[in-house]
Amino acid sequence: MSEAGSALATQFDDLDQQHDAATLGMWIFLVTEIMFFGGLFAGYAVYRSIYPQAFAAGSRLCEIALGAINTAVLISSSLTMALAVRAAQVGRRRAVVVLLVATMLLGTAFLGIKFVEYGHKYAEHLIPGSGFAYTGPYAQQVQLFVCFYFAMTGLHALHMVIGVGLLGVMAVLAARGRFTPAHYSPLEVAGLYWHFVDLVWIFLFPLLYLVDLHK
Amino acid sequence: MSEPRESYLNAGYGLKSWLLTTDHKRIALLYLISITLLFFVGGALAGLIRVNLLTPQGLLVGAETYNRLFTMHGLIMIFFFLIPSIPAVLGNFLVPMMIGARDLAFPRLNLLSWYLFVVGSSLAIVSAVTGGVDTGWTFYTPYSTTYSNSHVLPMAAGIFITGFSSILTGLNFIVTIHTMRAPGLTWFRLPLFLWSTYATSIIFILGTPVIAITLALVGLERIFGVGIFNPGLGGDPVLFQHLFWFYSHPAVYVMILPAMGVVSEIIPCFARKRIFGYSFVAFSSVAIAVLGFLVWGHHLFVSGQSIYAGMVFSFLSFLVAIPSAIKVFNWTATLYKGSIAFQTPMLYAFGFIGLFTIGGLTGLFVASLAVDVHVHDTYFVVAHFHYIMVGGAVMGYLGGIHYWWPKISGRLYPEAWARLSAVVIFLGFNLTFFPQFLLGYLGMPRRYHAYPPEFQVLHVMSTAGSTILGFGYLMPLVYLLWSLKYGPLAGSNPWGAKGLEWQTPSPPPTENFEHTPVVTEEAYAYSGEEAEQHV
Repeated sequence: MSEAGSALATQFDDLDQQHDAATLGMWIFLVTEIMFFGGLFAGYAVYRSIYPQAFAAGSRLCEIALGAINTAVLISSSLTMALAVRAAQVGRRRAVVVLLVATMLLGTAFLGIKFVEYGHKYAEHLIPGSGFAYTGPYAQQVQLFVCFYFAMTGLHALHMVIGVGLLGVMAVLAARGRFTPAHYSPLEVAGLYWHFVDLVWIFLFPLLYLVDLHK
Repeated sequence: MSEPRESYLNAGYGLKSWLLTTDHKRIALLYLISITLLFFVGGALAGLIRVNLLTPQGLLVGAETYNRLFTMHGLIMIFFFLIPSIPAVLGNFLVPMMIGARDLAFPRLNLLSWYLFVVGSSLAIVSAVTGGVDTGWTFYTPYSTTYSNSHVLPMAAGIFITGFSSILTGLNFIVTIHTMRAPGLTWFRLPLFLWSTYATSIIFILGTPVIAITLALVGLERIFGVGIFNPGLGGDPVLFQHLFWFYSHPAVYVMILPAMGVVSEIIPCFARKRIFGYSFVAFSSVAIAVLGFLVWGHHLFVSGQSIYAGMVFSFLSFLVAIPSAIKVFNWTATLYKGSIAFQTPMLYAFGFIGLFTIGGLTGLFVASLAVDVHVHDTYFVVAHFHYIMVGGAVMGYLGGIHYWWPKISGRLYPEAWARLSAVVIFLGFNLTFFPQFLLGYLGMPRRYHAYPPEFQVLHVMSTAGSTILGFGYLMPLVYLLWSLKYGPLAGSNPWGAKGLEWQTPSPPPTENFEHTPVVTEEAYAYSGEEAEQHV
C-alpha cells in the first residue's frame, strides 16, 4: 500500500471518508464544548442581570491592559495555526513545524500573562473563598463575579494547556513527515480546536474585562 | 463438529484481547457486563427500600440510612444503568452492523468511553461503600453543598466522568451514521433504531456537558466555599435546579428514545409488516429530542419559578405527548392485520407499549400546574417515572437483549422460560408500581422511611410486587447465561427479520460483513407471502 494507505484506518473505505469523519467529529466535539462553557455563561448572565453594579465593580478589578495584550497574542496564534494548516495542504513540511511551534509559543505566552494576572489577584486577596478581602460595596456579589472570572478563565486556560500539548504532538508528527497534502486531517481538527479556544476568549474578554468601560 | 467458524467471540481469548479491543461488538459486551452488575446493585438497594416500607415505622433502617438507600438507588440506576443501557450495549453492537460498516468511526474513542464509564462507576461504588450520598439523586443545593454530610464529591466526580463517556458515545454514533452508511442506505431506509439512536446522541452531546459543568460548580462550591448556589452568599439555589434539569429532563428521553427504537424494530418483525408511517416514527424521535430540551421547568413548578414560566413549561410539556403518541399509534397501526407471533421480544414490546402509555399519560397529570401542586414529590411522581423508566426503558432494553441475543451470542435462549420472564416482569412491575399511584394521590410523600398506618396495605402490595419483579429480572440472567453453552445454534437470521445485521452470520465475524453490503430496499420490507412461510 502507498503512504496514503498506511494513514487509512481499517474501518474506513478511503481517505476522504476518514477526513469527513474526523472533521465532523471535531465539530460535534466543539458543540459539546459550547454547551460545557454555556453553563458558565448562563450562570454569568443570570447574576450579571441581577447584580449589575457588583459586576461592574468586579470588572474594574481586571487588568484591561494585560487582557488586551492576551487577546492580541491569541488572535496572532490563530493566524499561525491557520497558516500551519495551509502549509500542510501545500506540503511544506518545515513551515508546518515552524508555524506550529510559533503557535505553541504564543499559547504559552498567553498562559504566562494569565498566570501573572492570577498572581496579582492572589496578592490582592481576591481569590474567592474565606480569604476574599474586597471591601467595597456589594462585596459578596463582587465575589460571585470573581468566582465566575476564575471559573471561566480557569476552564479556558485548561483548554489552552491541552491545546498546547495537542499542538506539540502535531509538531512531532509533522516533523516526522506524517502529513501530506492528501492526508492532514489530524492537523486540521487540532486547528479547529485551537480556533475554538481562541474564540471563547474573544467572548470572555469583553464579558469579564470591559463591563464598565464606557463610563 | 470441526473447526468452529471465526467470529468476534473467538478472535482472541486472553483478557488483553478484551480489555484492549477496539471491536465495537466486544466493547458492547464489556458494557453489558458492567451495567448488568450495576443494575443488580441498584436493584438490591431498591429491594432494601421496599423491605423497609413493609411496616409504617420502617422495618430496617432509620431516616439517615434510608436517605442514602434511595439516593444511591436513583444515582446508580439512572447514571450507571439506564442512561448507558441501550445506547452503550445495543447501540454499540448494532449501529455499525445496521449500516453495513466494519466498525464505528472512532473505535479507540469507543474503548476510551468504556474506560471512562468504568472509572466513573468505580468512583460511585467508592462513594457508596464509604457511606453513600444522601442528597437524593438530584444533588439539590443546599443538600449537596452547605448541609451535606455525605460523600457528594466522589459521586459527583464519578457522574462527571461517566458523562464524558456518554458524550463520546453520542459523538461516535452521529459521525458513524453520517459518514459510514453502506451504498444505497439512504436516510429514509435507515432502521428506526438508528433514528432514535441518532436523536439520543443529540441529547448526549447537547445536554451532558451542562450537567458536567453544573456538578463542577457544586464541587467548586464545596471545595472553596464560594456561593454560586448559596443565597447566603448572593447565589441562587434555583439556578442549580435549572441547570440540573436542563440536562436531567432530556436524560429521561435518553432512556426512553432508544427503547422506542428497539420496539420499532421488534414490532414489524413479529407482525411481518412494514412499519406504519415510517417517516412519522422517524421524525417523532427527533421531535422528542428537540422538545425535550424545552420542558425542564416543569420540575420547578413549586420551586418559586414565575407562574408565566410555569405556564409555558406546562404547555411545552404537553407538546411532548404528541410525538410520543404518534409512535404508539403507529406501532398499533402496524399490528393491524399483521401476522403476529407472540415470541419473547414481542411480549416485551407489548409490555412496553402498555406501560409506556400509562407512564406517558400520567406525565400529563404532573405537567398540569394545578394537579402537580397536589402530587408534587409524592409517590404519584415516583410511580409515573418508574412506568417510563422501568416499564418503558427496561422493558425495551430486555426486549432488545432477547431480540438480538441470537445475533450477539449465536445461540437461542429457551423460549418458554423467556416468555414466562416477560409475563412475570409485567405482572410484578404493575403490582409494584400501580399501588404507588394510589399512595401518591392519597398524599404519601416520596423519600420518607416511615408513613401513617393507613398506607400499609398499598405499601405491602408494592413490596410483594417488587419481590416478583426481582425474580423476573433474575430469570433472564440465568437462562441467557445458560444458553451461551447449551442453547441451540441460532443461525444467521432466526426471526426471519429484515435489516443488514441479520445478513451476516451469528455471532458476526470481527469485520462484520465479508463484503460491504449494498442496500436496495426500504427498511422493514416484510411481505405477506413471507409471513405465511414463516408461520
